[in-house]
Amino acid sequence: MEATLERTPLYARHLALGARMVPFAGWEMPVSYEGVIAEHRAVRTDCGVFDVSHMGELHVEGPTAHAFLQGLLSNDLDRVGDGQAQYTLLTNERGGIVDDLIVYRLRAGQYLLVVNAANRETVYGWLKEREPRGCEVRDASAEYALLAVQGPRSLERLGLPPRPAFTHELGELDGIEVLISRTGYTGEPGVELCCAAEDAEALWDAVLARGAVPCGLGARDTLRLEVCYPLHGADITPDTDAISAGLGWACALGKEFTGVEVLRRIRAEGPARRLVPFVMEEKAIPRRGMPIAGGGEVTSGTHSPMLDRGIGLGYVPAASAAPGSELTIDVRGRPRRARVVEKPIYRKEE
Amino acid sequence: MPAAETYPDDLRYHPEHDWARIEGEEAVLGITWFAQDSLGELVHYEPPAVGATIAKDEPYGEVESVKAVSDVIAPLSGEVLAVNERVVAEPEIVNEDPYGEGWLVRIRMADPGEAETLMDADAYRAHVAEQ
Repeated sequence: MEATLERTPLYARHLALGARMVPFAGWEMPVSYEGVIAEHRAVRTDCGVFDVSHMGELHVEGPTAHAFLQGLLSNDLDRVGDGQAQYTLLTNERGGIVDDLIVYRLRAGQYLLVVNAANRETVYGWLKEREPRGCEVRDASAEYALLAVQGPRSLERLGLPPRPAFTHELGELDGIEVLISRTGYTGEPGVELCCAAEDAEALWDAVLARGAVPCGLGARDTLRLEVCYPLHGADITPDTDAISAGLGWACALGKEFTGVEVLRRIRAEGPARRLVPFVMEEKAIPRRGMPIAGGGEVTSGTHSPMLDRGIGLGYVPAASAAPGSELTIDVRGRPRRARVVEKPIYRKEE
Repeated sequence: MPAAETYPDDLRYHPEHDWARIEGEEAVLGITWFAQDSLGELVHYEPPAVGATIAKDEPYGEVESVKAVSDVIAPLSGEVLAVNERVVAEPEIVNEDPYGEGWLVRIRMADPGEAETLMDADAYRAHVAEQ
């Protein structure tokens, strides 16, 4: 029996737009509308909107919420004030990554965690199991819809003023109450808009009326890969650590949190393998799981619409991790040359 | 621009969504509208070598969209006489014109009788309707 897929409040809107729907992390989601490449370009040049309501929203509240989260999350929560947000990792005892998430400080003792759809139940269970006195963890995912509006013209189209990245505020868009966050997964300026589930269709319609191009998960993946944002479940997992993944910047190794000793040791000794971005030097598209000669593996790969060539992320031995290193990727039995590059793989020409 | 859905009457079709245009002892092969639409915009074509032998019902090349890779199945057996290098350079031509400029290979048929085992356009349309 196939498990029933969940649907976001915008399911009917996606069908009406003729979206190609696919199963993703237990959800029936739009992978594309007009086409991945056109949607990708819309976000790089103008403005696109993604329904990311499948992502989980967990409230963590109470007088002990701060101390509780500070002991579980890798980044330093002391650096997050009211109205601010932070990219952080939930780590296990081995220093592996249970999930990567964004923590929002709504006010003292009130935090909102936006977690990956595939990990929502795991993260909720992880927190609930460890929930201390004076703190309550609540899965509010069904109460909210989340839209990512991304692209160089997104603020102009939404009529929003610029704000620093990783800040948030309550506001209104065409009469709909929204939590506006200066966050995203595309490398472009933009916002993520969180609203009540019952307002989702009105918000979606308002954003489309302002000229945003509807974009699916296909473009979301090519956009994030061009700017080297890791995908949990592919590039980072409970079996990979933050240091090897290049996420040491999101780990406050001076504080205590789950698995910190392991991460300190890896940092001190240097990781054996590193997650690196690479670009194909021959015509070929790398895909997840392809071996890299010398003991590595591709964890994400695609065709870059901006560079018009194959790009990817993969773990390679530390000796081959420096930018400029040549890699050989086994593309279904054919050796194909690639080169390690600096992050991000794609950078807009100024 | 993506092409509109069509299955020309002068072609023969393989159930794996490949077409063949028989021209004497030679045949031109490609993938159908249904195949390119299922894959989405093509971004890579890995062709066979000119001179290679291909076998009916076996993969002879690969086409890739942003999201997925797919084997191209040979509707007929034969020797590869030519590869469409324009599609190698610009794979999206297959989306725009799957039966014309988007052809994939030209072969010399090993057994012209094999063509009789392929579907005509009506049978293939019925096959697509079941997908």
